[in-house]
Amino acid sequence: MLLSYREALNQAMREEMRRDERIFLIGEEVGHYQGAFKVSKGFIEEFGPQRVLDTPITEAGFTGLAIGAAMAGLHPIVELMTLNFGILAMDQIVNNATKIGYMSGGQLSVPIVIRGPGSAAHQLAAQHSQSLEAWFCHVPGLKVIAPATPHDAKGLLKSALRDRNPVMFIEAQLLYGTKGDVPDGDYTVPIGQAEVKRTGTDVTVVAYSKMLLLALEAAQDLACDDISVEVVDPRTLKPLDLECLVASVKKTGRLVIVEEGWRFAGLGAQIAESVYAQAFDYLDAPIVRITGEEVPMPYARRLEDAAIPDRARIVAAVRKLLQLA
Amino acid sequence: MDRQDLLSLYRQMLLIRRFEEKSAEMYALAKIAGFLHLYIGEEAVAVGAIAALRPDDYVITSYRDHGHCLARGSDPGKVMAELFGKATGLCKGKGGSMHLVDAPRHFMGGYAIVGGHLPLATGLAFAIQYRKQDRVVLCFFGEGALPSGQAHEAFNLAALWNLPVVFICENNRYAMGTPSPRGLALFAHVLETARSYGIPAEQVDGMDVLAVRRLLQDVVGRLRVKPGPFFVEARTYRFMGHSMADPAHGHYRTKIEVEEERKRDPLLLLRTIVERHDLAHEADFKQLEREVGEVVTTAVRFAEDSPYPTPAALYEDVLVE
Ligand SMILES: Cc1ncc(C[n+]2csc(CCOP(=O)(O)OP(=O)(O)O)c2C)c(N)n1
Repeated sequence: MLLSYREALNQAMREEMRRDERIFLIGEEVGHYQGAFKVSKGFIEEFGPQRVLDTPITEAGFTGLAIGAAMAGLHPIVELMTLNFGILAMDQIVNNATKIGYMSGGQLSVPIVIRGPGSAAHQLAAQHSQSLEAWFCHVPGLKVIAPATPHDAKGLLKSALRDRNPVMFIEAQLLYGTKGDVPDGDYTVPIGQAEVKRTGTDVTVVAYSKMLLLALEAAQDLACDDISVEVVDPRTLKPLDLECLVASVKKTGRLVIVEEGWRFAGLGAQIAESVYAQAFDYLDAPIVRITGEEVPMPYARRLEDAAIPDRARIVAAVRKLLQLA
Repeated sequence: MDRQDLLSLYRQMLLIRRFEEKSAEMYALAKIAGFLHLYIGEEAVAVGAIAALRPDDYVITSYRDHGHCLARGSDPGKVMAELFGKATGLCKGKGGSMHLVDAPRHFMGGYAIVGGHLPLATGLAFAIQYRKQDRVVLCFFGEGALPSGQAHEAFNLAALWNLPVVFICENNRYAMGTPSPRGLALFAHVLETARSYGIPAEQVDGMDVLAVRRLLQDVVGRLRVKPGPFFVEARTYRFMGHSMADPAHGHYRTKIEVEEERKRDPLLLLRTIVERHDLAHEADFKQLEREVGEVVTTAVRFAEDSPYPTPAALYEDVLVE
């Protein structure tokens, strides 16, 4: 069935909420407004206000409330209108959700899914256009997922809702409208499993979320010049499926990592370190990183475009890596 | 006035007192490390309030948590072992003094980010409401948490959604070295903080265990029937420093002030009532001292004899399988 990313998320939550009474959805505008990006369309009508809770604009408060409910055995889905606002809930996520299990010696657990869009949309300026996944990935005790396709979005959200750990589920505003094939009925995509989205032999490009779509387009462009690109989507950022990445690098001998976030201490730095540690001898050239520019996101269209990786930059980087430029 | 009842309250406060005095000793001997915040002087608040609960009600508090944990009935040996960082501790030695948890007793933990556990308390209360139960949550915190944003966010949510949580502000008048009138614009009107959210609020003498229990029995009884938040300001005082790193009075308060407050020691106040009613005497209190002393000695011995966590424990409990 052809579904949008938004519809895939909607189905995943709807099916899991029908299956499991402990799951409830909480966040700003998730009920009567149907979700700031309409991801929870029809939920308040089907599940009622006790399971679909519109909150005041207090991210720390309602995220903390959800964590408390999870400690008592419920399974909350927290929708953050965007992950930029999740910064206000950082204390709850970092100091409580990820530590309560450990500090209590395993007596308590926090089964919670915190989801919402990260990264830039179109010209929303600095405070609304950030890729913060590296912040979340840095903290032990958290799983971090960033699916790029409707198929993966549905399957991974279902897995997240059946997981007993805190999970950050990172979406993207520019992905909500994208469409893709989604199987009918119940299926899951396992957390911690990467997927080769396009097979190739000359170079591996690793990209996730929105950047995956760019990487696939770039691979298409390069194919016209007889350059064979393998595109790998980690899908889960933590725990990272290093085995799949390394297998691809061993085959191609070259790696380009694409991420929208800032370069310094970005996720690509970690991926590169892990690959160097396990596949150094197989690399024919140093790993190349393509990242967002190290600036707050500007509003002006030309400047914004310059700050975010695009298809042309990926194409150029691959050509340069193959010494074809 | 029932002799058994009063002596039981006294015994609980005495246990906390002697347990903590012993912890301080163990700290000086470097058996306990890190932060150790003593509750000495404030025992009547935890003991009085928790005495009003059923076993299935939730308790959550800040890092100054030994008193609440012991009042909830946790095994003193396991608590002491936790302070020692031993594998037999309540939390296998991974939480320490500030993060005691006893899940079977619904003691949901001590939390060390000031203000950060108030939203958790609303979540426990939300779970109660979600399951249509008649349980309640007691959430203890210092007045230093009152001006924090997270406290206000929690008050607002609890009031909006009628969540069955009693916020118990243990007002000991100091947040570390800052006298609270210098930190709280509403120090003279703490109750108004809650009332401004439509949360009913009452003040109680936190040195008087009977007054605390009376108020909480009344409040908890009402919340079981008609759920909603309630706010209690328990006026109390800590006799010791903020933590073991801070001497009893420090630069921010005088020795005279501490000595003056010690005249209203909660143990002394209850003992005076018991003796005035001729319900127990010197010999009975001596007997209690002996019993409690034995419990504390046994707890220390258990902690001493227990093994430290194995290196493998480092990686356990980060994630649930
Ligand atoms: C958010 C935060 N800021 C600062 C601290 C450091 N700190 C620990 S206890 C404390 C004072 C708290 O006073 P109060 O809430 O009145 O509780 P009391 O210690 O008197 O029981 C401070 C500033 C902290 N733990 N958390």
